[in-house]
Amino acid sequence: MTTSYDPVTVWGVIVLAGALTFAIRGSFVYLFGRIDTVPPRIKSALEYVPAAVFAALVFPALVAPTGDLSLSLGNDRLVAGVLAALAAWYTERVFVTIAVGMGALWVLRFVV
Amino acid sequence: MPTVPSDFLDGVRDAAPLHLGIAPFGLVAGVAAVEQGLSIFHAIGFSSVVFAGASQLAMIELLGADAPLAIVVGTAVVVNLRMLMYSASIAPYFRNFAARTKALSSYLLTDQAYALSIARYGRDGDTDRFAYYFGVAVSLWVVWQFATVAGALLGTGLPPAWGLEFAAPLVFLALLVPALKDRASAASGVTGGVVAVAVVVAGIPFHLDIIVAAVVGVVAGLAVSSFGGDV
Repeated sequence: MTTSYDPVTVWGVIVLAGALTFAIRGSFVYLFGRIDTVPPRIKSALEYVPAAVFAALVFPALVAPTGDLSLSLGNDRLVAGVLAALAAWYTERVFVTIAVGMGALWVLRFVV
Repeated sequence: MPTVPSDFLDGVRDAAPLHLGIAPFGLVAGVAAVEQGLSIFHAIGFSSVVFAGASQLAMIELLGADAPLAIVVGTAVVVNLRMLMYSASIAPYFRNFAARTKALSSYLLTDQAYALSIARYGRDGDTDRFAYYFGVAVSLWVVWQFATVAGALLGTGLPPAWGLEFAAPLVFLALLVPALKDRASAASGVTGGVVAVAVVVAGIPFHLDIIVAAVVGVVAGLAVSSFGGDV
């Protein structure tokens, strides 16, 4: 799968996303003094963003890699992903997680 | 009085273990860009202009799937929204910085730079705040740029059968697991993940899965923290 967008459009996305991300990062750093604290409701909502977002990025890639639900041992990405999740849980290291997940995928694809 | 270089070097040293973690992540960001048909310059552009790995990978994947541009940018904003929390939390420590220093510090704000600096400021009130922060943040930045370029150069030469695009969800998995630190976060994660799968499987158009899943997941986290009694 490769993009059909032309290079200039992609640059537009990069600049716009970069500007918005910079605004998020700089928001309170600049506003401090005018807005000293985040309202508690918003603060607690923001605390749950990472878990929801990262899970949304992970789950479909494991259980529905082709767009259809695939909850069987024949789904090599799901099996490799579960092993990688165990590695992430016990080591909390990005490198180990990638190594275990890719290693498991390759064993399932090329060896088993 | 601590000297500027020593706090800067402390920052670089404290960040060293994290360099090992972001190097493969940056590599994946570079590989993913060329795999989705973007150029090496786009890969460098994402890493230098946006400089936020998870959102870069999400955008690259969406561009590869020809998602509407508003969804591509909107998803990046949602993925990076957590930095609003970091910005608010670190702002009091950056209060006395000059405007230009504030801009540079904001641009360099990442999960890792935030976590290390906040811990150091809490521990040692005499720290030269900018020197330490800059040591952490700029060393992460350098590793990130080199890793992306290496990944983009490598990307074109990799056989598709290796399934290297699978490294992207593995990176997210490594970020997800530590984010599930309590019951409410776990509820938010499980709900967000299940909703994302439902949106994808139902074939809802425009790749809205991450945005919808984030909103529903956060609501679930708030519900559990209000009614679950563990906060």
